[in-house]
Amino acid sequence: MIQTASIGQRLTLLLAGVAAALSVLSWGMVTSLAAQAAARTQDNVLAASATTIAETLRSEQGEVRLELPYAAFAMLGAISEDRVFYRVIAADEVLTGYDDLPAPATSEIGQVVFDTGQYRGAEIRMSSVTRLVLAGMERVAVTVSVAQTRDGVDAVTSDISRLAGLLSVAFFFVAVALSAIAARLSLRPLNLIAASVSRRGPSDLRPLLRAAPADLAPLLDALNRLMERLRLSIRRSEDFIAEAAHRVRTPLATVRTQAEIALRTVSDEAEKERLRRIIRAVDESARSAGQLLDHATVAYRVEDLARDRLDLSDLARQTAAALEPTAAMRDIQFTLDLTPAPIRGDAVLLDSAIRNVLDNAIKYSPEDTTVSLQIVLDAAQARLRVRDQGTGLGDGPMDVLTERFRRGGNVAGVVGSGLGLTIAAEVLRAHGGRLELENCENGSGACVSLVLPLV
Amino acid sequence: MRFACLAFGLILSLGAPATAQEIEDHRFFPGTSDRVLRVVSTTDLDVFEPYIRAFQAERPEVAVDYSVMSSSVLHQAIRDGAQADLVISSAMDLQFQLVNDGFALPYRSDQTDALPDWARWRDLIFAFTTEPAVVVINTARFAGLELPTTRQDLIAALRDNPDRFQDGLGTYDVRDSGLGYLFATQEDRSTDAYWRLNEVMGRLRTSFYCCSSQMIDDVASGRLALAYNVLGSYAAEELARGSEGRVQVIRMQDFANVILRTVFIPAGAQETLLAGMMVDMLLRLALRETPDGWPLPPLSQTVEGPSLGFGPIKLGPALLTYLDPLNRRAFLAEWENAMEQRPPLPQ
Ligand SMILES: Nc1ncnc2c1ncn2[C@@H]1O[C@H](COP(=O)(O)OP(=O)(O)OP(=O)(O)O)[C@@H](O)[C@H]1O
Ligand SMILES: [Mg+2]
Repeated sequence: MIQTASIGQRLTLLLAGVAAALSVLSWGMVTSLAAQAAARTQDNVLAASATTIAETLRSEQGEVRLELPYAAFAMLGAISEDRVFYRVIAADEVLTGYDDLPAPATSEIGQVVFDTGQYRGAEIRMSSVTRLVLAGMERVAVTVSVAQTRDGVDAVTSDISRLAGLLSVAFFFVAVALSAIAARLSLRPLNLIAASVSRRGPSDLRPLLRAAPADLAPLLDALNRLMERLRLSIRRSEDFIAEAAHRVRTPLATVRTQAEIALRTVSDEAEKERLRRIIRAVDESARSAGQLLDHATVAYRVEDLARDRLDLSDLARQTAAALEPTAAMRDIQFTLDLTPAPIRGDAVLLDSAIRNVLDNAIKYSPEDTTVSLQIVLDAAQARLRVRDQGTGLGDGPMDVLTERFRRGGNVAGVVGSGLGLTIAAEVLRAHGGRLELENCENGSGACVSLVLPLV
Repeated sequence: MRFACLAFGLILSLGAPATAQEIEDHRFFPGTSDRVLRVVSTTDLDVFEPYIRAFQAERPEVAVDYSVMSSSVLHQAIRDGAQADLVISSAMDLQFQLVNDGFALPYRSDQTDALPDWARWRDLIFAFTTEPAVVVINTARFAGLELPTTRQDLIAALRDNPDRFQDGLGTYDVRDSGLGYLFATQEDRSTDAYWRLNEVMGRLRTSFYCCSSQMIDDVASGRLALAYNVLGSYAAEELARGSEGRVQVIRMQDFANVILRTVFIPAGAQETLLAGMMVDMLLRLALRETPDGWPLPPLSQTVEGPSLGFGPIKLGPALLTYLDPLNRRAFLAEWENAMEQRPPLPQ
């Protein structure tokens, strides 16, 4: 599978990108607003200062008189620690102040104008106002200019800008965190579906019937259709196997009968030996066909498992009784030590599982021995233990014996297909239980346990 | 331009750079190397000497060249580009104007950051003392009278005893003394009793002085009964203490100016690093907790001090107001008018 970036990551990144853009935008806006506000504050105070000075202009004995009011400069000192310059010009003559201040923009009488410029190596903002003063017979235009450096404005702006920057960064990180959470939340249904699919057993192909957001309905539908097709195709091949096994069995039975008749009629030892080998091969095939049929049955019934209330001891007793004749042929005795164990499940399947285990016990034990069946209960599970006095399961790994068509090294001439334990293990797994294989503690014989959960 | 120049010149002792005659006192404190820190100051040599010694204890290799001049000479000297590494003056307004007009270099250190806001302006000028304006009286000449604690009391006392106080009053000549002018203009702004007091003093033929120390001397000798608006530094207190009760220092309870002695590094400074060290040392002493041992008071003293309730004069552009030549001319005219235009006594 080729993995591309996850939807969650992509969504988070996208949202983070949007948040970053918004952060930068808001930072820029706050900064420019702060600069404007600070500049306007300074302008207002400069205008007030110039106007205050202009208002003290008067004429005395034909001359323009001026007394700079304390407040005019005090108010400038109140807003910032900026350097202050001023100048008063009456009829093109400097009356007082810094005579080399840049000339103000021309303005109408009484109107405050602002200039920005350089003075003594610093950027200044200057407000000027012109008033007419009656000096003697003449009207004299007097221009008052008050200027201030702009460090205060810059400081306020950069302070606010820094603060806004910090806030923007904080906002950005919060937004990214929230985006990640949002992405995770919106992907939750998808993950839940994925989890519930992967939680399923390997053969569980029932449709998914959970509530899902509308966006996921097509995906869920497609998934369910796929599973249905898969189920059908598996069913078809199982049906085919069952059918095939069934079809093989009948002619095999005929072949066996004919071979046995022939065996009885021929007298030549070589002929007899050949016929015996044919019978053995036929037995072998018939066993395989039978087991295949059983296995197909298991696969079929497990799909929609019955959940009947059953007693494991009853099942064990019945199956043992059914196998009694087979055991008797080899002089093998069953000893039963059973206690009632309520379980839920499919009687046919459980019978098949027990039968296969007992069958092994009979097959792989020497004649005239005992097979014991015992039920042990603990808090949550029932354990049906089948012990025999045979050769045991060998020293190799036990688990592989439940693989399909796997037979042990001890089979010698014993007829078998290697599906018996596979069937038993599958049945138990479908019931939420398990098959445990071990050699008996006393060193001789196999000890096979069917473990099932109690009701 | 011409007009403004002339006007500024008038304030500033006619605009020549400080010549030998204008330097009131000068001493070279040699160091072990040829690095020299040039300090121009209004503070008397004997008052400032301990500070120079302390500085040299830390930096023995640095020689200190210390010149004393009047605040207006100092102001004009810096304006004319005199060579100095450090400028110290008690005339806050003149100092501020220099800084405002771009004659100071910025300086920043942990010490300057530790200063309260009111004790510095930008990173350019720093205050290292707070000193109040006080009234110094001759106890004998006040015999039988209650000591005045407000201007109202003082005016009443002077009015009621014209014979006793005739020719017995002294104050700064605000025309010559930068500090006197600062005190006077700030009082004009703060209390209406100032002009009434001036008129009474004018009628009693007040003598005018250039400097606090001479006023104190004359009070001590009994020539003056009272000196008004004396800079109440430790020197004044010292004199009063040494006079065995003949001289007393009184702070007016209705209002008292408190000035800041300020220091800045001028734009033409060459030893800016050393100047910065000296500033740091002065500021460290300015912020000391206990005032003892040093001739000048620390910053905190008057601010936390007795129930005066007045902060020091604010460092800021408002100080430019009275330095404007038009304002100055108007103020001096009014002052002379109140003092009835009499010439100062020969000193
Ligand atoms: N009780 C037992 N004692 C000894 N070996 C056993 C016993 N049960 C199983 N085995 C070993 O495990 C192998 C797998 O058992 P399984 O039942 O699956 O196959 P099978 O018995 O050979 O064939 P089938 O049961 O399909 O006819 C056997 O071939 C045998 O070697
Ligand atoms: Mg078997």
